[in-house]
Amino acid sequence: MVNWHRLANPKLFLTWSRRVLPWAAVITALLLAVGLYLSLFVAPPDYQQGDTVRIMFVHVPSAWMALFTYTVMAGASAAGLIWKSPLSHLTAKAAAPIGASFTLLALATGALWGQPMWGTWWVWDARLTSVLILFFLYLGYMAIWQAIDDYTRAAKSAAILALVGFVNVPIIKFSVDWWNTLHQPASVLRLDGPSIHPTLLTPLFVMIAAFTGYFIVLLLIRLEREILARQAQTLRRAQARG
Amino acid sequence: MESAVQFLDMGGYALFVWPAFIMVAIVMTALLIWSWRDLRRERQTLELLAERRGSGETAGTGNDA
Repeated sequence: MVNWHRLANPKLFLTWSRRVLPWAAVITALLLAVGLYLSLFVAPPDYQQGDTVRIMFVHVPSAWMALFTYTVMAGASAAGLIWKSPLSHLTAKAAAPIGASFTLLALATGALWGQPMWGTWWVWDARLTSVLILFFLYLGYMAIWQAIDDYTRAAKSAAILALVGFVNVPIIKFSVDWWNTLHQPASVLRLDGPSIHPTLLTPLFVMIAAFTGYFIVLLLIRLEREILARQAQTLRRAQARG
Repeated sequence: MESAVQFLDMGGYALFVWPAFIMVAIVMTALLIWSWRDLRRERQTLELLAERRGSGETAGTGNDA
């Protein structure tokens, strides 16, 4: 017998998600178009860094997504462990590849910025190393889902890893204050306000909004897929039992 | 023409600026296409399963887009 009780909640979500998705996609596309235009055509070259400063407009939003996605993943995992709501673990599972991709992008675009400005692609300073660890945490999280067939066990193990690994998020954020890093300290999220000029800050914020919109669009698509995969599995099992 | 060349040159940093933007564009596009294709495949699978089951119970879970 199909467990309709468990499906009820996701079903409601799907109706809502399919209604929201086109709107989120349109808003994200608009934000991306405006953000790219501002980043490449309107923002002036930095007086010290020249045009390499434009790398910031993809590097910082990628790094923001790397941390934001992990926070969503850890939050969803905690909710899954505490309330056992069926959508929580699937949300975390759907988010992981998005986070891994953006972590890799943050590292790669950072290298492309580091080479001309620092004279090196990579340095083992606290910021870069802790972000690399974040990337491995994402990989480990995804590997658990791959390795364990039983849904409940996989969900629980993956959630525990996500929560333990969350300790790395504040470490990344404050690594530039706690240690002597080649990476520059915070310039957007600081107590005395951003230290970046508005001509560079505006495109940056638009790009961050666009990336966040992209995350929502992608998460809705991936979460629906996870829900349908679970439903298919339930149906298959019901059919096998006759 | 000259301004286009100047723009593409990125103040001499073209080899760093453009790969960064292109890399991000490729990964974001690929991730979107890959996820969307997975979703469509899953919708088809579910439809097929529901059909095989031969009842209206599961209609609406995977066939509207």
